[in-house]
Amino acid sequence: MSATPIDLPRWADAGLVPLVSVTAALLVAGLVVLGIGESPLEATALLLKGALGSVEGLGFTLYYTTNFIFTGLAVAVAFHAGLFNIGGEGQATIAGIFLALACLWLAPLPGILLVPLAILAGAAGGALYGFIPGWLQATRGSHVVITTIMFNFLAATLSVYLLVNVMGKPGSMQAETPEFAGHAVLTPMHQLLAPLGIKLPATPLNTAFLLALAALVAIWALIYRSRLGYAIRTVGANPRAAAYAGISPARMTIVAMALSGALAGGLAVNEAMGVQHRLLIDFTAGYGFVGIAVGLMGRGHPIGVALSAFLFGVLYQGGAELSFDKPTITRDMVVVIGGVVILFAGALDGLFRKLVANTLQLGRAA
Amino acid sequence: MDWLTTIAVILDSTIRLSIPLLCAALAGLWSERSGVVDIGLEGKMLVAAFASAVAAFVTGSAWAGLGAGILASVLLSLVHGFAAITWRGNQIVSGVAINMLAAGVTVVLGNAWYGQGGRTPPLEGAARFGDLTLPFARAMREHVPVLGLLYDEVISGHGAPVYLAILAVPITAFVLKRTRFGLRLRAVGENPAAVDTAGISVAGLRYGAVVICGVLCGLGGTYLAVSQSAGFLPQMTAGKGFIALAAVIFANWRPWPALGACQLFGLLDAIAIRLQGVLLPGIGQVPVQAIQALPYLLTVILLAGFIGKAVPPKASGLPYVKER
Repeated sequence: MSATPIDLPRWADAGLVPLVSVTAALLVAGLVVLGIGESPLEATALLLKGALGSVEGLGFTLYYTTNFIFTGLAVAVAFHAGLFNIGGEGQATIAGIFLALACLWLAPLPGILLVPLAILAGAAGGALYGFIPGWLQATRGSHVVITTIMFNFLAATLSVYLLVNVMGKPGSMQAETPEFAGHAVLTPMHQLLAPLGIKLPATPLNTAFLLALAALVAIWALIYRSRLGYAIRTVGANPRAAAYAGISPARMTIVAMALSGALAGGLAVNEAMGVQHRLLIDFTAGYGFVGIAVGLMGRGHPIGVALSAFLFGVLYQGGAELSFDKPTITRDMVVVIGGVVILFAGALDGLFRKLVANTLQLGRAA
Repeated sequence: MDWLTTIAVILDSTIRLSIPLLCAALAGLWSERSGVVDIGLEGKMLVAAFASAVAAFVTGSAWAGLGAGILASVLLSLVHGFAAITWRGNQIVSGVAINMLAAGVTVVLGNAWYGQGGRTPPLEGAARFGDLTLPFARAMREHVPVLGLLYDEVISGHGAPVYLAILAVPITAFVLKRTRFGLRLRAVGENPAAVDTAGISVAGLRYGAVVICGVLCGLGGTYLAVSQSAGFLPQMTAGKGFIALAAVIFANWRPWPALGACQLFGLLDAIAIRLQGVLLPGIGQVPVQAIQALPYLLTVILLAGFIGKAVPPKASGLPYVKER
């Protein structure tokens, strides 16, 4: 995004720069911890132990990672087309409504049909809700950033209305749908692996995690190994050159936004079908926004997205454990880290590239 | 007379609800007129609300709260300026970062300091902005029919930040339209290269705009925590910074129409609150969500060019690179 490109070797560009900016972000978080009178080292130790120190902790970590893979990929795909999709929250919300309707209406179908159909319905809902801002930008010139912000609020108000007045469980105090049928939900990992003789503690980790891994591979193949991915990247790099090469920037904008929305829908699959087995209000819980940090830190590459999704999974699970031990450090700390990561890895990218470039040059001169 | 009182009450809450929108909208207008897109209005207001509530609680003075709120908000503005102007980073990304940072840091600090789930202790007495009664409010109410009541109920009886915010509209309009600084600032948002050629610092003007944006967000956030409510609540801005963005677009980046747009959105909000759970004859229960969604929906329709046309400053969102 910086206007004066700084040449860096590929390994430094893809590995070192994100690493330096994330380290800097974690240092800032450490300062905040220090500021509220706790020891950052002790907090880090508790956090890592909570996230990785037990099989149960790791299960939770991977469950959070699943959410971040989906929302991170959603941001990454749009980024390849030069678009900034901040509508992950809204797209996941609409995906949740579509998916819940499929789970409830198609309940007579056998599970082997119902589950894929519900996942497809969710993806279609997210895709539709990404398609509209993409279409508006491509044909009417309204910027996706503003449209997706407005769409997040529209989705939130729509879901309140639907869950309270239309789809809500009768007699429930909470805004939620009735529970999905037992054959309409995804298998938890500990049940899936039990017949193989692998005993796992019960965690929310479910087969949506496998779906997320598949999505990583599929998006890698799509973006870097397919004609469509090439077209998307070309439009992102230079829309005029793309148009000259016979690629329609308008069409790629729409395709990338729809694809991005469908990926954000994965969040609804993991949360509603995998864990809660019904649609709850506000189930997106900010995962869509953290996905922006994941996408930026991962440089839009599926490997990077996987790694940074795992990092945020560790922070989420570790942060939850940490707040049990140290009530002064709430889980909102993770939101702070997410914000600083977006600032450092996204907006101040130029600064960190320059720092890395200068350091490398110093090394060469010495 | 009953319907008149109802109207007066609705208009009164319209003004109260529109003030945070107005502050943030004017803030966004200043920033975007100089070419710096700012979607971090929400985060700045939130941080200002938190800082002002803490300072007002500690010092017992609402005005100290206002100072702290403005200071905190300006600091975040400078972060945005540093990323967007000095390092020519992506302005949208920076704005998202500021919103997240603010949402997290206010709750973390509030919880660590006061242990009430992020809330700050309730403010009392001089730690809150009291309602000011404008001159002749009582007398007008007694002696002038209709207008007197409206004057007393709607115009009079708000806290000092309300009048400051409304005062900011003519000041913004005057400075942007009639002063040298305003002309240059508008020029830098349309054609920074021309301003640079004239020997005026593009970065300097943009930093100036960004700081003004911070001051106004600070006023809006302080109003929320120290005037409208008595203390800070987590996420108390509740999307007002984003509705303000919508208001700026609605107003086509001009101050007086921004006042109008904010009053309209405030009125919608006031009506939505008023109609909560009310059964209207012939319609039944009004879905309050439909009214709440209107500002967002109208903005999407407007931006898509189906009603009127929104024309942003030409250079907004583009970092300025001097040609070598």
